[in-house]
Amino acid sequence: MNMQKMDYDHLIERARFIRTETIRLIQVAKSGHYTSVFSAAEILSTLYYHEMRVNSDPKWQDRDRLVLSKGHVAVGVYPILADLGYFPKSWLDTYAQIGSALGDHPDMRKVPGIDFSSGSLGHGLSIGVGMALGLKLKKSPARVFVLLGDAEMNEGQIWEAAQAAAHYKLGNLIGIIDRNSMGLDGMTEEVMGIEPLEDKWRSFGWRTTTCDGHAIPELVKAFEEFRKHPDGPQMLIANTIKGKGLKFMEESRVWHLGYLHGSDAENAIRELSKE
Amino acid sequence: MMATQAKSFTSGKVLSDLADEDERIVVLTADLGYSNRTIEFAERHPDRFFNLGIAEHNMVTAAAGLATIGFVPYVATFASFLGLLCCEQIRTDLAYPNLPVRMIAHHAGISLGYYGTSHHATEDIGIMRSIANVKIVCPVDTVSLEQALRQTVSVEGPVYFRVGRGRDPDVYQSSDEWKFGKISRLKEGKDALIIANGHMVPEACEAAKVLQSTGIDVAVVDLHTIEPLDKRGLRELLSRVNTVFVAEEHNTRSGVASTVADTIVDERLSNIRLVRIGFPSDEYSIIGAPYYLYKHYGLDSDGIVKVVTRELKK
Repeated sequence: MNMQKMDYDHLIERARFIRTETIRLIQVAKSGHYTSVFSAAEILSTLYYHEMRVNSDPKWQDRDRLVLSKGHVAVGVYPILADLGYFPKSWLDTYAQIGSALGDHPDMRKVPGIDFSSGSLGHGLSIGVGMALGLKLKKSPARVFVLLGDAEMNEGQIWEAAQAAAHYKLGNLIGIIDRNSMGLDGMTEEVMGIEPLEDKWRSFGWRTTTCDGHAIPELVKAFEEFRKHPDGPQMLIANTIKGKGLKFMEESRVWHLGYLHGSDAENAIRELSKE
Repeated sequence: MMATQAKSFTSGKVLSDLADEDERIVVLTADLGYSNRTIEFAERHPDRFFNLGIAEHNMVTAAAGLATIGFVPYVATFASFLGLLCCEQIRTDLAYPNLPVRMIAHHAGISLGYYGTSHHATEDIGIMRSIANVKIVCPVDTVSLEQALRQTVSVEGPVYFRVGRGRDPDVYQSSDEWKFGKISRLKEGKDALIIANGHMVPEACEAAKVLQSTGIDVAVVDLHTIEPLDKRGLRELLSRVNTVFVAEEHNTRSGVASTVADTIVDERLSNIRLVRIGFPSDEYSIIGAPYYLYKHYGLDSDGIVKVVTRELKK
């Protein structure tokens, strides 16, 4: 069954919402990972507003899980969780302030809607493996999604988890790599190359697809295909642009971590709202 | 030819019994199921046993994932590959979110003998002590291991069980002699106190008998629960003597002796001398089978007798 164009528009608008909210929250913190969130905005929008079976109950046993293995994307996830009703919108104004529940990396004990605390790169897929094993044992229909960074592919523990997922045929585990081609020090292929990425995941026994990570219809279709194959773990390599949405941020190494001062932030929000 | 069965490696059996009543229990190992006998759990509860192969980081973190689904996971591998190798995973994935993952760290200390330093763990109590929320228990024999496992099933947060190679002599006869979080008093004595841990517990009991025959009357206790520490019990025991010996199969710089030292200082106990008996802090082990290593490093009853006799003469 095809999605109506209206639904695509909603997901596109939500991706914009994620970007403008990210700018607004980082205003308060005075430093943040704009570009890592911007590359994942369409992915997050598609997951939360279309693909995942979730409601505002963080304790629902059969909810789909999302592990933010690239934990520094959290600033873009908090606005979604507030929007979906997991916690009051007023919490967003406290981002990174002393005593806040909301930090640069998500804390499952403090933030309703966060399924696992993350930040230390390389752990998220192992969490996913454990959750998937447990859900399978409980015969739950819930699925586990793990959002991974591409520079994060350097971490050895990712590949330990990859082996385990394939060995245990975890058909309820889906990974998404935000392939924005950059880490902090520069292009992934210059710092510590990870290609051929698709071949690697396939050879580890994962059913692997690639798509344009900013094209909502492609993301929707990819997840639709995944639902047809519950026999083993699946990986979506989403080709993205780090900083997508703001011309001066796109593919600029210096913007991995940054700050938009005063009117720069206003201008940025205006530019995003034009699309 | 029968392979020698490590006598106190009954965690497989105990966990299987517990799992009969408690559907939350699952067990994971890293290709050491035949060493730690978790394969016995695999035989009785095949769908709740996960061998994750030689990938310990993944094993510990996956256990955290299982815990979020409502399970109580037990992970088992050599102490060197749990307490040392997985230190960050333990701290960041288990302790920080305070998840109920239990770790059976076996073959601790130098009990892997001539396998050498890569397989030894003489730092792991020190490391686990550094991490908030981790409980630390050192059961020495079959009875204490069973009690340690049974009494902590529903304890909040992670638990680190430090066990030897399963060949230590029995210390406890009945289950009510061992209580999680309470120092076990094994012998009364007025000349000095020996606080022993793990492998050194039966050695200290043996040493006490020898010392008694030479006219030295020492008390012996098993300080098996490092965290939560029985501070009241420890303070009371320390207030009765002038000299306390701490005997452990761990380095002398960061383990049980350090725990006792912290208490002496924090509780402002005066007029008490602390003597540390353990693996030397500034070197790594020579080659040798466990029996000979214990003898070489004084980690047996002879070693304890020698030190106590010498120090009490001063």
